[in-house]
Amino acid sequence: MLNPISLVFKKAKKENRAALLTYTVAGDSSKKQSLDILKSISKDADILELGVPHNTPVADGSQIQTSAYRAIKNGIRMNDIFKIVKNFKKSNKDKPIILMGYFNMIFQYGENKFLNKCNSSGVNGLIVVDLPWPENKIFAKKCKKKSIYFIQLLSPTTTTRRLKKIIRDSHPMNYFISMLSTTGGKLKVSPNDILKNYTKIKKIDPKKEIVIGFGITEKTIGKLKSADGLVVGSAICKEISRSLKHRQNPVTNVSKLVKKLKNKLL
Amino acid sequence: MKIKKKIPLIDQANKLGFWGGKFGGNYVPETLKKPIEDLETQFNKLKKDKKFIAERDKYFKNWVGTPTRFIKLENLTNHVGGAQIWSKVVSDANGGAHKIYNATVHCLLAKRSGKKFIIGDTGAGYAGKMLSMAAKKFGLKCKIFMGAKDIARQQPNVKAMKKNGAEVVPVYSGSQTLVDAVSECMRFWVANCDTTAMCVGSTVGPAVFVRICGWSTSQISRELKIQLIEEFGSIPKKLKLYNCVGGGSSSFGFWNEFMDYDKKQCEFIGVEAGGPAKSKKHAAPLTYGSKIGILHGAAQYVNQNSDGQIEETESISAGLDYPGISPLHCFLKDTKRARYTAASDEDALSAYKTVTKFEKLRPSLEPSHAFSVAIKEAKKLNKDTIVVVNSCGDAYKDREILKKRLGKKYVEPN
Repeated sequence: MLNPISLVFKKAKKENRAALLTYTVAGDSSKKQSLDILKSISKDADILELGVPHNTPVADGSQIQTSAYRAIKNGIRMNDIFKIVKNFKKSNKDKPIILMGYFNMIFQYGENKFLNKCNSSGVNGLIVVDLPWPENKIFAKKCKKKSIYFIQLLSPTTTTRRLKKIIRDSHPMNYFISMLSTTGGKLKVSPNDILKNYTKIKKIDPKKEIVIGFGITEKTIGKLKSADGLVVGSAICKEISRSLKHRQNPVTNVSKLVKKLKNKLL
Repeated sequence: MKIKKKIPLIDQANKLGFWGGKFGGNYVPETLKKPIEDLETQFNKLKKDKKFIAERDKYFKNWVGTPTRFIKLENLTNHVGGAQIWSKVVSDANGGAHKIYNATVHCLLAKRSGKKFIIGDTGAGYAGKMLSMAAKKFGLKCKIFMGAKDIARQQPNVKAMKKNGAEVVPVYSGSQTLVDAVSECMRFWVANCDTTAMCVGSTVGPAVFVRICGWSTSQISRELKIQLIEEFGSIPKKLKLYNCVGGGSSSFGFWNEFMDYDKKQCEFIGVEAGGPAKSKKHAAPLTYGSKIGILHGAAQYVNQNSDGQIEETESISAGLDYPGISPLHCFLKDTKRARYTAASDEDALSAYKTVTKFEKLRPSLEPSHAFSVAIKEAKKLNKDTIVVVNSCGDAYKDREILKKRLGKKYVEPN
């Protein structure tokens, strides 16, 4: 059976549009609310990235940090995250879920136990921010055996030689970091330049899906829509923080935002 | 797991940067792979380059001030009544602590690679102060990340950084101490690695930073070896080297040249921060058996919960207040080359009182931890044993804490 992630890209291609990937932090602002958000935005989002909050995140900007610290403070544990995924999948079997986080959380859980749990709860892909290639080779192979995509990150600093090697070893989906930035930075490179880099990467192996992330908002998403997929994270986390501050319902507000983002891709 | 002889410990990591196959490595975001690789290439080349070494030695000699003194603490020895107690007064170095060695080398490397900006983290403020000094000396713009809690408790060093023209960026996340400062510094580097060099303030972080820092602070033991031979004619038969351990940069530098000696002859004792006697929190992952985990790009023993969230630490000494520990020390612990123990806040304060009562030496709260254990153990040894404590920092920065905890008379110059 094909991984639902690949099916989603197929479907989006058929509709002649980029796939929309959202990122929210598991347990932000509570276990229940983060599940409600997933359920609600799944109408418009094609792939749901679920962040595993960590308290020493070396690649996240302030928006995602705020969400992560809030989730940890409200008591989220690794097993709760698997429960959220499992509950979500009960009513959304085919909607792909990708867990994104830092390696220590997997390391402490135990690689094999973690992957088994991913399988039993319905996780389709993993992004491990601080497990780059070639350090990730063994773990990526383990993922493959469990039919979980290990998604490689590619950056503007990745040399062409390295890009080729990473893509050669990669699973069907990869993630291109648009610019030198932590998550949620202001887009400091023109969309054109980002797309130039994207095209260069895409040419190495056109069959591999490449999504672009970092710095993508309602304003910028439209200009990058020729990519296979686009990830919006910090803008969503920011919306959750804003809603909480104004005592509004984050579920409704985030859903509205995701709908707007989707419309920009149609 | 075994230490190889005749190969510097910093060069005993495998291809992926792991000591003993499991400590260290490069758990970094993809964006940092290239700058780290560039730094590795540069460092591997320059550390064999005679011209570069001559340049380093020139600055160490004329600017840092080498060698720092090696003195016998005669009064303290008589008071304790056991082993001979000596001190390597590394706080003689320009700026008042060992952090100057690493800062100088990082600035030299940054200069050579054409970078105009340098960033660094700091806990006690020494790493930041020294980086700001070196940056000024070498004409680099400098930004220092420091936890808000540490900014409040280490004001003299903050003032020094600002005076040197560095921007001090307060970090408000998490425990607002060193661990958060390092995270924030790494985040800034992720976003600016094309123009900016990063200096990690201790033997922590991705493998190359562990190596550069260890290479730099090893100046301490190079000097000590010569000084011991001058004093005793040869390396003493029973030598015990006591050093505080936070990230582990001063202790590693203090021990490195003695690595190949049998531990029965040259014993290494690392003293971690046990925190307040009444608190469960501490900064002593080696002493209290913390599990191996990943922090700031490296696998190491680290205080964490069962999920892998890094735990908050507590110590009176900002310089030791770090939940992890250098991969080099994890390796030294597991190979049993070094022995690790902890001293509490109260132990350190009491040792500070004793040392300053008997000697014209004012160790900061970090080396006071080492003095505490050295004094206790020296009592049980005879005078053939040479105990050396690395007094790696000066207490000037701790004025406010000492005043509050011990009273005004302990901050007056003695």
